Amino acid sequence: MIRTTLPATAGVGFKPEHFDALRADRFPGFLEVHAENYMGAGGPPHAMLTALRRDHALSVHGVGLSIGGAGPLDRDHLQRLRVLCDRYQPESFSEHLAWSTHEGAFLNDLLPLPYTAETLARVAEHVDETQTALQRRLLLENPATYVTFAESDVPETAFLAEIARRTGCGLLLDVNNVFVSATNHGWSAEAYLADFPVAHVGEIHLAGHAQDEDDAGRPLLVDAHGAAVASEVWALYERLLDRTGPLPTLIEWDNDVPEWPTLAAEAHRAQQALDRASRSRRAA
Amino acid sequence: MSPAGGVARERGFAHALLDAAAATPEGLIGRDGAAPVRRFAVYRNNVTVGLIDALATRFPVVRAIVGEACFTGLARGYARANPPRSPLMHLYGASFPTFLAEAVGLEELDYLPDVSRLESARVHAYHAADATPLDVSAFAALDPGVLGDLRLSLHPSLTLVRSHHPVATIWAMNAGAIPLEPIGDWRGEDVAVVRPRLEVEVLPLSPGAATFLDALDRGVAFADAAVEGVEATGGPVPHDALVGLARLVQAGLVVGLTQGVTP
Repeated sequence: MIRTTLPATAGVGFKPEHFDALRADRFPGFLEVHAENYMGAGGPPHAMLTALRRDHALSVHGVGLSIGGAGPLDRDHLQRLRVLCDRYQPESFSEHLAWSTHEGAFLNDLLPLPYTAETLARVAEHVDETQTALQRRLLLENPATYVTFAESDVPETAFLAEIARRTGCGLLLDVNNVFVSATNHGWSAEAYLADFPVAHVGEIHLAGHAQDEDDAGRPLLVDAHGAAVASEVWALYERLLDRTGPLPTLIEWDNDVPEWPTLAAEAHRAQQALDRASRSRRAA
Repeated sequence: MSPAGGVARERGFAHALLDAAAATPEGLIGRDGAAPVRRFAVYRNNVTVGLIDALATRFPVVRAIVGEACFTGLARGYARANPPRSPLMHLYGASFPTFLAEAVGLEELDYLPDVSRLESARVHAYHAADATPLDVSAFAALDPGVLGDLRLSLHPSLTLVRSHHPVATIWAMNAGAIPLEPIGDWRGEDVAVVRPRLEVEVLPLSPGAATFLDALDRGVAFADAAVEGVEATGGPVPHDALVGLARLVQAGLVVGLTQGVTP
């Protein structure tokens, strides 16, 4: 099993429109790509990724495996992931605690699941199967959710900790998702992070969210990846680093993608936080 | 809950995502037990908007022709009835041209399905396998007498789009490649959509050329393919097939050749 790790620097989700600017800027961080965007046979996507791979650590982030689904994993898709990871040898491969495919229909969103002993066993099987197929350790990401399930009887943090314990997988901690879910469900984001099994975290995600209202007129945050990281999320992130020390940190910005300097500035801010965390570690 | 229960839960959830009139699934709760209707609507909106955006990315010229509001309505109808069957979103919308051909209210835009086929071919070409086009020098060593027996391998990114409408002109005008103006001479056009290197190209074809290329792609020898092409135009067979060969090579369409082998 390959257990490589990303450098504890600030990376960005790569968008093809940033290819030239990112290179001209000699961006020093790692890059993350959505696996499914590089599953064509050839063409510009592979030409760009091949060029970028020479200069950057790489995280391959799957959005379509449906690890949280009740049905079996798509073997063809596992094989495509295997081919992609073999080709680019990424430092990290990650997927989501969510489902997206039901009986062959791909719904193109990260959908929620109840947390029970039954779903825990199923997700653990899927993580095992994925790690075996890829011969790599997987990082599983905590979701942003808008509803919960009446049948859930395991807290999300305990669910993730148990998956990591059973399968040996790592975790991807999305701090924006924590803030979004905590706001939506009336949890404490601080308490969630205090409970989170941070020893398993191989990568942090930071992203922007949008604000709506629920049926009772209370704030309903949507994990839209279309804005700058919110100040509350930066604060949670910085307090987390005080506890953990520097961790590989990715800025995700997938919709209304800004010009490169705006994205680079977000990464720079994360890098400053990582540098501070690194200095206070050394001083301690 | 049993695994079968999990499948049933997902089925209810998936059904309600794609049917705007469906009730919010059972078993979901909002904050403090409040109704989860607006909360479930976030998922429904994510799915629908995500699929509409995927179609808008794949069919920008269709969208430009019908306008954003009309396109969104069409795409929503298509997406709810035809969710993707694969997580590879660049493959999504393969049956959108057929859907457009059957859509009520678009009868006057009878050229629209062919425009969408051209756009679909562009996305296919973008992601298709790479292959290095042959250079003219690859033909230099050949005996000119055997050129007619050559079988050519065409670029794997190639799609031929054949239309009774001026599909290349309509596409180019609405893609901003040429000025938008009335088309006086409304006649059928065929195009080759291909990506010889990194740029996707839309090459207008002269009459008969699509038949000729299609024959080559089936493995028909060069001279016989040329005859098929010319017969398709109803014109006389020219003597100089070399000119056609040179054009194909120049356009980067030829990636391999075999000589005198019967398939």
